[in-house]
Amino acid sequence: MTSHGPLDHDHHPEHSTVPNDTALRVKALESLLVEKGLVDPTALDAIVEYYEHKVGPRNGARVVARAWSDPAYKARLLADASAAIAELGYSGAQGEHMVAVENTPDVHNMVVCTLCSCYPWPTLGLPPVWYKSAGYRSRSVIDPRGVLREFGLEVSDDTEVRVWDSTAEVRYLVVPERPAGTEGMTEEQLAALVTRDSMIGVARVPAP
Amino acid sequence: MNGVHDMGGMHGLGPIAPEQNEPVWHAPWESRVFALSRAIGAWGRWNVDASRQQIEQMPAADYLRVTYYEKFLYGMTENSIRHGLFTREELATGQPDPHAPKATPPLTAAQVAEVMLRGGPKTRAVERQPRFQIGDAIVTRNIHPLTHTRLPRFARGKAGVIIARHGAHVFPDSNALFQGENAQPLYTVKFAARTLWGEAANPRDSVCLDLWEDYLDPA
Repeated sequence: MTSHGPLDHDHHPEHSTVPNDTALRVKALESLLVEKGLVDPTALDAIVEYYEHKVGPRNGARVVARAWSDPAYKARLLADASAAIAELGYSGAQGEHMVAVENTPDVHNMVVCTLCSCYPWPTLGLPPVWYKSAGYRSRSVIDPRGVLREFGLEVSDDTEVRVWDSTAEVRYLVVPERPAGTEGMTEEQLAALVTRDSMIGVARVPAP
Repeated sequence: MNGVHDMGGMHGLGPIAPEQNEPVWHAPWESRVFALSRAIGAWGRWNVDASRQQIEQMPAADYLRVTYYEKFLYGMTENSIRHGLFTREELATGQPDPHAPKATPPLTAAQVAEVMLRGGPKTRAVERQPRFQIGDAIVTRNIHPLTHTRLPRFARGKAGVIIARHGAHVFPDSNALFQGENAQPLYTVKFAARTLWGEAANPRDSVCLDLWEDYLDPA
C-alpha cells in the first residue's frame, strides 16, 4: 500500500484524488483473478450493479415511512427489525441482525462504528465517505453533540444523545421523528422526505 | 490489538466533511475492489473477523492515509496470498503460475442477488446459557490482546448496564485467528457518557456497545 505517491490529505483524505496506479493495480489484480478462474467477471458486474441499484437509502426511507404510517408495523420494527425490514424485501449482508432505534423528544440516537465502518447495507446502501472518516469514527463517541453541530443539528441539553457503536454484527437504523405538517401524506410522499443522514442520526427530517 | 483503527475518543483525526450528492463510488476501481472482495470472499477461505484483523495490521500511517476501498484492497490481497488463492509472484508479474490448475469461480452472476440477499448470519444455536439479564450491572474487562478484539479501548474496565440480549453470536477474538467460532451471548451494554469521558459530558448522554459475554464481568 505504500508504493503510490502521497495523497492530498490536508483536508479530507477520503476525498483525495487517488493515484492512477491504484486503478492500474486493481485492473491487474482483476485480470489475474479472472485468468486463474478465481472470480467470474460477469459476477463482478452483477455485484456492482446490485450495490448501485438494489440497495441504498431509499430502502431505509420506505421502512421509516411505513413505520410512520402503520403503528402495527412500527411495533414489529422496534421489536424485531430484521423481520420487519425483510417484510419489505430488504435483507442480506451487513443487515442480518438489525435493530431499529426511535428518535423521540427525549432521546436522540446516532450510529457510528469506531473500529471500522460497519453500516446497514441493505437499508442504507454503502456508507458515505464522511461516515468512514477518522474524524467521525473518533469523535462521535466522545463529543456527539459537537459532531451533530457540525451537521447543523443542535440537540437540547434535556434530550439524551444515545450513540450506538456498531462493535458486533448488529446494525442500527434510526427511525427519525416524523416532522410536523406531514399529516395526511401518503407513505410514498413520506419516504421521499426521509434522508440517509436522518437514518444515521446526524440530521432531522426536514418539514415539507 | 491497540491499533490506530481503535479510534473512539481520539482527537485531531481531521474533519468529517460531508459531501453533497455523494456518488456510490468515487472511481470505477472502487466498485471493482468492492466486487472483487465479495467474489473472492465466496471461496470461504477466511471470515469477516479475519478480514478486519488483516486491515488492522496495516501500518498505522498507511491506515490513516488511505481510503476505505484501498483498505479493502490491502486486506483482500494479503488474505488471498496467506490462504493460497494466489502467490506474491503471480501478483507481481500479473501472470498465473503456468503449473497451477485453473479454478472454477464459486460465485456466478446468476447467484449474486440471492447470495447478497442471504448474507451470513452470525447467530448460532449453543448450549451456553446467558450469564446476564437485562438490567444487570456489569464491568468490562481490562484486556489488551495483541490480536483482534471488538472491545474498544475507551470501553475497557468500565461499568455499564445490559439493555438488550441478542442470542449467541460468533466470537470475533477467536474466529479471526481460526481458533473456532466460540459462539456466546452477545449483549448491548449502555454506558453513561460520564463513565467514559468524565464530568464534562452531558449527564443524560450515553454510548451503547454490542459486547460478547467474555468481555464482561458482574459489577
